[in-house]
Amino acid sequence: MYPVPMLQVDHVSRNYNVAGSPEKFCVFENVSLKVDEGEFVTVVGHSGCGKSTLLNIIAGIDKSDTGCVLLRGKAVQGPGIDRMVVFQNFALMPWLTVYQNVRLSVEAAFPDWTEKQLDGHTRRYLEMVSLKGAENKRPAALSGGMRQRCGLARAFAANPPVMLLDEPFAQIDALTRGVIQDELIRMWNETRVTIFMVTHDVDEAILLSDRIILMSPGPGAVIAGTVDIPIERPRSRQSIIEDRRYYALRNDIIRFLENRQVEKTA
Amino acid sequence: MTFKTAFLSLAIGCFLLLCWKGIAAHSEIPGPLDVLATAVEFLRDPLYDAGPNDKGIGILTAYSMARLLSGFTAASVCAVFFGVILGRNAVLFNAVNPYIQVLRAISPIAWMPLLLYTVKDSGITAFLVVFMASIWPTLANTAFGVANIRKDYLNVAEILQMGYWKKLFQVILPAAGPTIVAGLKISMGSAWVSIIPAEAMLGSLGLGYFVWNEWNNLSLTSVIFAIFTIGAVGVVIDAMFTRLSRRLSYTD
Repeated sequence: MYPVPMLQVDHVSRNYNVAGSPEKFCVFENVSLKVDEGEFVTVVGHSGCGKSTLLNIIAGIDKSDTGCVLLRGKAVQGPGIDRMVVFQNFALMPWLTVYQNVRLSVEAAFPDWTEKQLDGHTRRYLEMVSLKGAENKRPAALSGGMRQRCGLARAFAANPPVMLLDEPFAQIDALTRGVIQDELIRMWNETRVTIFMVTHDVDEAILLSDRIILMSPGPGAVIAGTVDIPIERPRSRQSIIEDRRYYALRNDIIRFLENRQVEKTA
Repeated sequence: MTFKTAFLSLAIGCFLLLCWKGIAAHSEIPGPLDVLATAVEFLRDPLYDAGPNDKGIGILTAYSMARLLSGFTAASVCAVFFGVILGRNAVLFNAVNPYIQVLRAISPIAWMPLLLYTVKDSGITAFLVVFMASIWPTLANTAFGVANIRKDYLNVAEILQMGYWKKLFQVILPAAGPTIVAGLKISMGSAWVSIIPAEAMLGSLGLGYFVWNEWNNLSLTSVIFAIFTIGAVGVVIDAMFTRLSRRLSYTD
């Protein structure tokens, strides 16, 4: 018997209605992929290829037109705490403090816990993302990097089987980005949660992923290839650029993305 | 407030007082000093109670406030309740909106004869006038605020699989909170504006009744004092809502 993959996307397509026309605009079609338990898989593609839409469909906050999403072999219906999302724009509740934002997801994930357990768990994850001392600040008082740390803490603290990362570092300045990527690697090493990420940053994808899925540009995007990242873990930003396979991988992926773009525009 | 603004504000106040004094000197209207003397008289014993027609200004204010708060609270609960429903349902909102626009354009005082005829009780009529005055701004603002909550917050609520009530109290109401409070503030203002003529016409004990009664007594100093009292209470109420809205406000 085959082991059931943690996450499976099965022939998913997404169309948008075109205003004032019976024709449909196809974002992507027949996307199928599998993510095994404990795997870190990243979809890389140009903006507009629908990778964020695909992530939203997996999260259940968007609907597919065909196909289905399976979690441990069971079709998912709508959003759920078993697929926590880390949003590009953080999506923290601005009227809550950092502590309350993380606590909200802890309460949702562990409804039977006592106050003491909830509090301890919340604080542990805040500490993990170096937000100790900022618990009582509101997100508006924090930098982008700090906000995304809070977003990561909120997602990890719910101990979901799958985490969905939607360009989580796109709105963070380059220097902070590296630090938080390292923190993400560390947290992922500790938890080995299954992660599905989308990004357009090839370096980020190589640094973090076990496997990179390449999406062709939209409209009508499809999965165009898969690249395994053989670089041993633990990885760091420093160690991967010293790895001789790094540039070959990076060039391959970038060449692929650029060629596809040229084909489309030609 | 900077020193400059304070100075300018004070100067404008003095100018207005001088204008008043000028008009008073050439007419029957009592001047500032006469009114001040009356005010001191009234405020010396604001809580005296010498029978149903002769009560201190503090007691009259309390009557008006009680009427205001009961009508306003009832209206606000209804407005927020229906506002959330309308805000969550665009079709329903668009269907109901024209009627809200018509109803909110009607002065609540215009309802009074009809209300009096229907309920045959001046106390309930006054309550309903305040209710009608204060329901529409909060209803419209709640619906607008709820309809425009950022999709992200609702998505997070869905992902966390919050139940209806948890989602309502932990996401929808706080997210729409500033807009709702802005509506409550407008509602309170319009309720306070409408309660004065309502009390005057209905003869229910309160500041509006006081104004009209003093007019019937041909005591213009008292009328002017009452006008200032009404203004002062209005400002205090408004300041309370400003504080509340500051507490509930957030920046993205």
